[in-house]
Amino acid sequence: MKFKLSALLGACAVVSLATAGAVQAETITIATVNNGDMIRMQGYTSQFTQETGIDVEWVTLEENVLRERVTTDISTKGGQFDIMTIGMYETPIWGKNGWLVPLNDLSADYDAADILPAMSGGLSYDGTLYAAPFYGESSMIMYRTDLMQKAGLTMPDSPTWDFIRQAAAAMTDRANDINGICLRGKAGWGEGGAFITAMSNSFGARWFDMDWKAQFDTPQWHDTLTFFKGMMDESGPAGYATNGFNENLSLFQQGKCGMWIDATVAASFVTNPKDSMVADSVGFALAPHKDGVAKNANWLWAWALAIPAGTQKVDAAKQFIEWATSKNYIELVAANEGWANVPPGARTSLYENPNYISVPFAKMTLDSILSADPNHPTVDPVPYVGVQFAAIPEFAGIATEVSQEFSAAYAGQQTVDEALAKAQALTTDAMEAAGY
Amino acid sequence: MARAVTTRRKAINTAIAWAVGLLIFFPILWIFLMSFKSEGDAIKAPLDMLSAPWTLESYGVVQERSDYFKHFSNSVLLSFGSTLLGLIIAVPAAWAMAFVPSKRTKDVLMWMLSTKMLPAVGVLYPIYLLFISLGILDSQLGLIVVLMLINLPIIIWMLYTYFKEIPGEILEAARMDGASLRDEVLYVLTPMAIPGMASTVLLNVILAWNEAFWTLKLTAANAAPLTAFIASYSSPEGLFYAKLSAASVMAIAPILIMGWFSQKQLVRGLTFGAVK
Repeated sequence: MKFKLSALLGACAVVSLATAGAVQAETITIATVNNGDMIRMQGYTSQFTQETGIDVEWVTLEENVLRERVTTDISTKGGQFDIMTIGMYETPIWGKNGWLVPLNDLSADYDAADILPAMSGGLSYDGTLYAAPFYGESSMIMYRTDLMQKAGLTMPDSPTWDFIRQAAAAMTDRANDINGICLRGKAGWGEGGAFITAMSNSFGARWFDMDWKAQFDTPQWHDTLTFFKGMMDESGPAGYATNGFNENLSLFQQGKCGMWIDATVAASFVTNPKDSMVADSVGFALAPHKDGVAKNANWLWAWALAIPAGTQKVDAAKQFIEWATSKNYIELVAANEGWANVPPGARTSLYENPNYISVPFAKMTLDSILSADPNHPTVDPVPYVGVQFAAIPEFAGIATEVSQEFSAAYAGQQTVDEALAKAQALTTDAMEAAGY
Repeated sequence: MARAVTTRRKAINTAIAWAVGLLIFFPILWIFLMSFKSEGDAIKAPLDMLSAPWTLESYGVVQERSDYFKHFSNSVLLSFGSTLLGLIIAVPAAWAMAFVPSKRTKDVLMWMLSTKMLPAVGVLYPIYLLFISLGILDSQLGLIVVLMLINLPIIIWMLYTYFKEIPGEILEAARMDGASLRDEVLYVLTPMAIPGMASTVLLNVILAWNEAFWTLKLTAANAAPLTAFIASYSSPEGLFYAKLSAASVMAIAPILIMGWFSQKQLVRGLTFGAVK
């Protein structure tokens, strides 16, 4: 009996040691968005595990669901995630709140100085980097070269809005279901709200003056909205007030748009012959500006990896971030899937690589990113950082409501003047309530 | 003549019923069709999409990218677990209100129902903080309790309605024969209320299976059910319609099949006591 008991205790000890060994294999949990580049990264995670012995669990969610989910978790110190995928809007706000682990001690091999200045600037607070860009994007014009030629026009490198309106009207062919231009009109601060804000910058408008007073009662905003609605009513697709990125991508890929101004990452989709019917006739140009205004209507955004301050696995999380946003990762993707599929817009060295520069949209993507300045997004000075957003916690809620009013105007449910008056009132109320 | 009118009316009613049924089922049918197309074909105009080649590509990608069976088993555990726990609490509660009513019984029932009127997001932060302090974030146990709580008013209401249909004299007779309270509920009341309880179980399993607010907010990698599985294929920046459709079909198929097989029971239970 004594022998049996000893054997049992011995077996338990062996099992405990084996279990302890297994527990030591660290696992990190990463919350991320569902898009092509992020899904591709998930596919290569096994290589990271092989190199480091760290397992990775992914929680992939739709962008807006993810934003709500990680905001709840980080603000309550829930500790559900060791790495979060966040954007340029959240990073400076969360960095300021002390919710993120600073990334100013990344290894020398990582070469943090290689991150494009526009990206590192937008992902920092008070000079400290809080998130490493996985990929960056701006917006630009994607247009049908065949339709432009048929219309007898040539797209300048940096066109004016007047030219775009003229070209859109010339390319529109309702009988053949071709719309001269497709733009986002869908409500939501990251959808139509992002587009109209970037467009308003190019008309000399701004969200707030230096005293945080709403500016929707200015002529610049009136001109922006009137021009947008006028051009889209003339040459846009039916129901454009509810079109976002996906709807316009679908229309463009099916050959139903002459021009589309949207995220630079869309360039790889519309030039992919597997999905796009117009892949071989797409040209690129800088987002437009108003004649006489020195700001183009392009935004700046990055999906970046950050470490929430509550995690117990900071070292493993940093190892993953260094791996996923490194030059080696870009080489890995290029070797397996071609240079057109590497995550763009994050590193300077990518745009010095002759293999990448030969990709048709590479130069215009870089030019677009470089021409967006999140610290000076408007003609007149503003107290906020961000091109298509103002990096303050209140912005997302206010901008969603404002974009709803604008979408109602696009749909003809109210006039432009009514939409602007409501936007001015609700923004003023919200900012006063927030103590500005 | 009267017979002819009746026949015509029946035909019209049948046609209307079919039309409404098809209208309700059409989105599911369309998702099913899209799931067998490539991403490029899924975004085409309806007729072009239908004539495009059929493929299992999206199912292959979804199967490769996600752990379907982990999400599926979580859905099964959460929906059946929460329903079972709800029944254990609801049967005595409904018995008490049906057979030993007080002056406040109706008020209590209305109060229970009124908890369903509170927007869930209003209690998100308190519940999230409670889960953190209890250490049950992203756990099946925590979600079973939450799903049970949000469906409990419906379970009690349904059982109360079914129990009210059962004559109290039968229970009295059992008591006179020496049955204890436990025997009365377990061996007399429950067998008589089986059709009603079955439909209550079915409805609440369906409600728990489809619950998408709490299951998305309170889970991460461990306890995520099929609602999170679907959400991982939705994207505002990138076309994933075919994969999203395939994921949706895989997520709704089990509960749809269960619904088909048990629809007679479900309808019988839901209409029980509707006409007196």
